[in-house]
Amino acid sequence: MNIYLILQMAADAMPDRIAVSHGTQNLTYAELAQRARQLAAATPAQHRIGFLDESNVTAPIALFASALRGVPYVPMNYRLAPDQIAALLARITPASLLTNKDIDAEGIAVMRHEDTETLSDYFEEDAPDTEGLIAIELFTSGTTGEPKSAILRHDNLMSYILGTVEFMSAEEDEATLLSVPPYHIAGISAILSSSYAGRRMVQLPSFTPEAWLELASREKVTQAFIVPTMLQRIIEHADAHGLPDLSNLRALAYGGGKMPLSIIERAMELMPQVNFTNAYGLTETSSTIALLDPDDHREAFAAQDVKIRARLASVGRPLPTIELEIRDDNNAICPPDVAGDVYVRGEQVSGEYHGAGSLLDADGWFPTRDRGYLDSAGYLFLDGRADDVIVRGGENISPGEVEDVLITHAEVKDVAVLAIADEEWGEAVGAVIVAQDEANPPSVDALCSLVKEKLRSSRVPSRILFKQELPYNETGKLLRRLLRSEFETTQDEA
Amino acid sequence: MAVYKAGTKLNSAACDTQIMILRIPGDDMEITCGGAPMQTEDVTEKVSLDDGFAGGTLAGKRYVDEAESMEFLCTRGGDGTIAVNGVALDIKQAKRLPSSD
Repeated sequence: MNIYLILQMAADAMPDRIAVSHGTQNLTYAELAQRARQLAAATPAQHRIGFLDESNVTAPIALFASALRGVPYVPMNYRLAPDQIAALLARITPASLLTNKDIDAEGIAVMRHEDTETLSDYFEEDAPDTEGLIAIELFTSGTTGEPKSAILRHDNLMSYILGTVEFMSAEEDEATLLSVPPYHIAGISAILSSSYAGRRMVQLPSFTPEAWLELASREKVTQAFIVPTMLQRIIEHADAHGLPDLSNLRALAYGGGKMPLSIIERAMELMPQVNFTNAYGLTETSSTIALLDPDDHREAFAAQDVKIRARLASVGRPLPTIELEIRDDNNAICPPDVAGDVYVRGEQVSGEYHGAGSLLDADGWFPTRDRGYLDSAGYLFLDGRADDVIVRGGENISPGEVEDVLITHAEVKDVAVLAIADEEWGEAVGAVIVAQDEANPPSVDALCSLVKEKLRSSRVPSRILFKQELPYNETGKLLRRLLRSEFETTQDEA
Repeated sequence: MAVYKAGTKLNSAACDTQIMILRIPGDDMEITCGGAPMQTEDVTEKVSLDDGFAGGTLAGKRYVDEAESMEFLCTRGGDGTIAVNGVALDIKQAKRLPSSD
C-alpha cells in the first residue's frame, strides 16, 4: 500500500483542517495534497526527490509527492560539510533536490522551496501500488564509517501507521511540535502519523530551548516528540527561567537515545499534567517498536517497589504488532533479566540497506545491534550498542553499567565509557569525564574506587580523560568514534 | 464471485464507500457494500442501497469477518454495510496507543 493513501484519506475526510504550520504559513490537508500533486507533476519520472534544508512546508510536500511519483524520498543532513554533501548527492542521481543551498552537482536538478509554490500542472494519476516499492532512503549518521543508505518500503511504513495510529483520532485543537530534523526517522514518521491522525504539525526548524518553549506556548501545542538532549535543555532552561504557559500541552514523547533518569524525573515533577511516553525505535524499523506509556511512567514514578521504580529507565514493552527477543551469543533466547542482543520482527521492520542488502534472517528477524534485557513483566531495558561492548580478556562489559555508576559521583556532570586498546587484555575500560566544576575535577582514585565498590575490579577504568564537554551530534547521539581517537592520541595514564 | 488479492482497492456501487484489501484468503467470494457487489473500477452510476445493508462505513476503520481471516481498510466512508458472501463485517477493535512521534 502506498503511503500517499495517508494524505489522500486525510484530504478526503478533513480537507479544511490545518496540516502544517511554519511561521505564519499554514497549509490545510487539501492544500498539502494539491501541492504534492503539483510537485509530483514537476518532477521527471525516475528522479528521486531529495530534500536538503531545515524543516519547512516543502518537506511533507516532497515526501508525499515522491510517494505519488513512486520514487524514493531522500531527506539529507543539511549540516554536513560541502564535500560530504557532494558525496551523498553522487549516490542518489538522477534526482530533483529541494534546497535553497547553492548546489551544483551532476545529475541533480535543483529546485528552490519557493519554486514549488507557483507550479500549475497537476499529477492526475493514482499513487502507484507496486509491490516492494521504496518510499524512503535515509542516510545513517555515519558515526562508525561511511553513511549507509537505509531503505524503507511503502509496506513497512504503512504497516507502522496502521498498527499504531487511529485515523482522524486527533481532536480539532491538537497540534504537535516537530523539532526533530527532517532527515531523522522520527521527523518522517511524525509527518505520516500526524497526517493520519489529523493533527496539525507545527514546525520548529532549529531547536533551542527558548524557541521550543516559546512556540509550544504561542501555538497552543498539545504534544511533541523530542530527543533526550532536547528535554534536558528544556528542563535546564525552565529551572533557570521558569516555564511559559504550557496549559495546552498534554503529551510528550521522547526517544532516539538514552534518557537520564534525573531528567525524566525532573520533567515529570515540573509538568505533572503531561503524559510522558518513551518510544524506542530505529531507522531500520520505521520508527517506534516499543513504548513505555504514560501509565507506566506514573506507576513507576510513584512506586516504592525498586523493580517497578526502575521501569522509568526502561523503553517499555513491544508494540502489539512487533515480536521481540533477547538472544545470547549462541542465538538462544535469554531468560528474564539476562542481557543479550535485541532482535525484532514485524511488517514495519525493513532492516535493509543499499549495497548490504537485507539484514533479516530467514525467519524475518532483524538484529538491532542494541544490547538489552527484558524484566519478568516484559519491559525492555537497553544496555548500549553491541558494537560498543568492551571485551576485556574475554569478559563482556557494557559501557552503560560503568557510566551509570560514574554519573552518580557528585562531582561528575557527564560521562562516556568506551573500549580502549590494551596490550594485556585486548580491550580495557576507558572513561571520559566532564566535571561539574572544571577547576576541581574528582580524583582518578575516587572514581576508580567508586566503580570497584559498586561493580568489580574488571570494570575499573584503566584510563580516564577529563574534557569540558562530550561530542554529541544534533540529535544527541554520542560520537564515541571521536572519543576513541582522542584516547589514541592522548597519553596521560590513569 | 471472484478471487481477490491484498492491496486491491474496491468501490461501492451503492454509496461513497471505498476500501482497500489488507488480508484475504484466496477463495472465491463476493464482497458487497450496501447490498451491491463492490467494483475495482470507479463507479459513476450508483445503484440504490439495500436497506438491510445500510449501517454505514467509517473512513480509517478496519473491517473483519468473525474469524478475522480477512481484513479491509475503509479509505472513504459511506452509507452501506460491507459484507462478504452476504455476512456483514465488523469493525476491528484496535488498542489505542499513545502518540510516539
